[in-house]
Amino acid sequence: MSTKEQKERIELLQGTLDLLILRTLLSGHAHGHAIAKAIEFRSDDVLQVEQGSLYPALHRLIKRKWISVEDGTSENNRRAKFYRLTPKGRRQLALETSKWDKLAGAIARILGPAEEG
Amino acid sequence: MRRRKRILQDLDQEIREHIEMTTQENLDRGMSPEEARYAALRKFGNVTRVKEDAREVWSFVWVEQLLQDIRFAIRVLCKSPAFTTIAVLTLALGIGANTALFSVVNGVLLHALPYPDPDRLVALYARTPDFIHSTIAYPNFLDWTRDNHSFSALAAFRGDGFNSFNLTGHGEAERLPANMVSASFFPVLGVNPVLGRLFTQQEDQLDSEPVALISEGLWKRKFASSPDVIGTAITLNGTLYTIIGVIPSSFHYENDNFTADAELYLPLGQWNNSLFRDRRTAMGMDAVGRLKPGVTLAQANSDMSAVATHLAEIYPDTNKDSGVTLVALKENLVGDIRPSLLILLAAVGFVLMIACANVANLLLARSTVRIREFAIRTALGASKGRVVRQLLTESVLIALAGGTLGLLLAAWGTKSALKILPEALPRANEIQLDARVLFFTLAASLIAGILFGLVPAFRSSRTEVQETLKESGRGGSSARHRTQSVFVVVEMALAVVLLVGAGLMIRTLSNLWGVDPGFNPHNLIIFNIASTQPFGETPSAIRAIFRQLHDTISSIPGMQAASLTVGSQPMQGDSELQFWLEGESKPASQAEMKQTLFYITQQDYLKAMDIPLKRGRFLQDSDTENTPSVVVIDDHFANLYFSDKDPIGAHINLDVLDKSAEIVGIVGHINQWGLDSDSKHTVQAQCYFPVAQIPDPLMAILSHSTSVVARTAQISALPVNSITLAVQSVNSQMVVYGTESMTGVISNSFADRRFAMILLGMFAALAVILSTLGIYGVISYVVGQRTHEIGIRMALGARHGDVLRMVLNQAGKMVILGLFVGLLASLGLTRLMASMLFGVNSYDPLTFLAVSIMLSFVGLVACYIPAHRATRVDPTIALRYE
Repeated sequence: MSTKEQKERIELLQGTLDLLILRTLLSGHAHGHAIAKAIEFRSDDVLQVEQGSLYPALHRLIKRKWISVEDGTSENNRRAKFYRLTPKGRRQLALETSKWDKLAGAIARILGPAEEG
Repeated sequence: MRRRKRILQDLDQEIREHIEMTTQENLDRGMSPEEARYAALRKFGNVTRVKEDAREVWSFVWVEQLLQDIRFAIRVLCKSPAFTTIAVLTLALGIGANTALFSVVNGVLLHALPYPDPDRLVALYARTPDFIHSTIAYPNFLDWTRDNHSFSALAAFRGDGFNSFNLTGHGEAERLPANMVSASFFPVLGVNPVLGRLFTQQEDQLDSEPVALISEGLWKRKFASSPDVIGTAITLNGTLYTIIGVIPSSFHYENDNFTADAELYLPLGQWNNSLFRDRRTAMGMDAVGRLKPGVTLAQANSDMSAVATHLAEIYPDTNKDSGVTLVALKENLVGDIRPSLLILLAAVGFVLMIACANVANLLLARSTVRIREFAIRTALGASKGRVVRQLLTESVLIALAGGTLGLLLAAWGTKSALKILPEALPRANEIQLDARVLFFTLAASLIAGILFGLVPAFRSSRTEVQETLKESGRGGSSARHRTQSVFVVVEMALAVVLLVGAGLMIRTLSNLWGVDPGFNPHNLIIFNIASTQPFGETPSAIRAIFRQLHDTISSIPGMQAASLTVGSQPMQGDSELQFWLEGESKPASQAEMKQTLFYITQQDYLKAMDIPLKRGRFLQDSDTENTPSVVVIDDHFANLYFSDKDPIGAHINLDVLDKSAEIVGIVGHINQWGLDSDSKHTVQAQCYFPVAQIPDPLMAILSHSTSVVARTAQISALPVNSITLAVQSVNSQMVVYGTESMTGVISNSFADRRFAMILLGMFAALAVILSTLGIYGVISYVVGQRTHEIGIRMALGARHGDVLRMVLNQAGKMVILGLFVGLLASLGLTRLMASMLFGVNSYDPLTFLAVSIMLSFVGLVACYIPAHRATRVDPTIALRYE
């Protein structure tokens, strides 16, 4: 992996990772590896997540009671921890998403005309 | 939290699983096993940091890390005991000196006065055309009390100056230090008796029952703290007084006219003395008042000036042009000392800064050794912040250890300093290590720890990991060396400022000692004599005793001349007398009369004091109550009032004495008001009057005590109790007290300056020692670093002299730069101490020059030792070095 390739990927904004995790868990519980893969897959590999940083973020969300954790078995029959969205997390996701939309919209409006001109 | 513990425990397993899953995927994509695992690890990132970050989410991590840092720091510090000891000792000196001085500032300036609602207390003085802070005539005090609208109460007091209260009937006769106070005195200060009651208004009047309050100390000492003491009668000067209450030992009041550590309090209003009740005289009485709630000092001022104006209309002969001076009580006590204390506080702050710079330099030098340690920690996943935090923990630990040791030094140092110079400070009894001082020490230690730790910590954390691990730890040394040099320059500059300050104070003191006081203070002693019985029953009996005292004391072996002295005493107390010249009509008011300092003495005063006789004669034994009144004046008096005439043979009319006296001689002027300020004072004329010619009605004020000034051949050769024995041979009821040498009196008159000089001197000495060590350390370090280079130079033919010059050149630059910055800073800063200086400018070139020469010399010596060592480098060994 060359340095150039790395630079073309987008570093995640602070706090965005939390939002992505919540969004990923909306479609059902998952373990850490699966969450990381899902985020990469859905963003067509544009978003660069150092996979390790996922775990502190997961712990942060557990502490805030937005997600819960339970033991389970992974697809290849191994013991694994599964993360699940809590009702509180669901509300938080709605809130964060609308905030994000507003922000994205605002930035798009600012950047828009420049593209046209 | 159990959940937290479980989650964190499972994290290891989870991460392992995660990496294995990724590895498996990579294998499925056709990578080699090794490649697959490596890619998975890289994709995951720094495992240690992930774990740390996850932990951090859950904790209290900082507490854990702090404990971890502290444990580690203690281990590291214990491993290098030499470094730790030097650093801790350096800081202990710096923090200790600061704590000591802060405890003084705290007790003297910051503490509230030890009375309830102390901000409402105001000191009152009479204001006359010549004096702003003058003592008050009792009748005026009574009128002020009656007429004012600003004070809830006014209280008057006087020490036992003329009076002496001598207790008999309770063991051996003894003189009790006493104060006379008005009934309102203790209530104004909010003091309650530990036993019994205070004076009533009724008892504060003439002809009421004699009553007394005693101190808790006397109560314990003489009455075994028995509650039965109330109502007990004690005999004072032969009169029975009933004890009505006990004043707590915690009570303190400081004033020139208040006897500290008094054991006895008597109602002022009972004092039956005609002069005391004469509006023309003020008998060493001052006043204190408590403002009514809501009344400001400014309002009280205008109120009191209205009162004074009114009194001047009623009593123009005495009260014309006089007023009232009000000063907040605390300001009255500490206003004079505040500037010097603040200057000393700044100076001692400099010492701490030097100590910090020194320890910072030590840390920098040490970080060379530790640079690999930091690199390895960073490589293992420690963030820069984490390394900085670790280093700061170490420096704060050092500082706290230094602070603790410093606190002990301060406790000991403050006590000894106060013992050496008890006269230097007001409120000295309130200086102690209280919570505020402890907090100050803690804060100073923490700030110092961060201050000297921060720069080295950031320098160390900035090292390039790979560079350092590759090279064997020589990276960044030139940058570090530059930082060290900056510290040394700063240290030198601070030391210069302190040395200049100390130098200016030393010159001030030597100038003060160089002032000719007009008399010879060496081998001169003064003491007081008090008697349990009146010296005599009649005025002529008292006069006879005075002659006998003179003869007896003069005949003590080793005694050259002695004289009773009442009234003004140089640098101790002043007494003024109004007069008008022969041929003038009596002025309508005291304010319009001429004024002279008034010395009541015997014939040998001139000889005892060693004052030159200019013309005519001095007082003689033959000037008695039966011969015409005579006075002797000083040349200032002569010039002022007899500029064109011959004063000898002229008469002057003395107001309060109601006498006309002939001027029979002129003597030299003596220094009454203090060595530094005598010439600035408005009252300069001096006049001597024979004790024997004091009019009969006034002899009463001399009937229980007097002072004596005596010249000895050799003050130290005088047997300790020879004076007491001689005095008691006149009358066994007499006691001698308060014996002092005149040089001691003079030195006490500028005790505050001596205090400042001694402290500044000590701070400067500390500063020089610390900065010298600093230079020495840095040059040693530089020489150590350049051993290789020096070896090459010497192998190529450089001689010892060349090497020496090279090293000294580098050191010299630091010294000269430090000197230059320090001298510039001194020019600005010493101006602040101008008010403490005497006979020397704050920019005194001599002091500046002396300091420069001294510091350059010391600095170069400090550099010479390591520089000389550099010349001893053996090229063959040096080139093999490292």
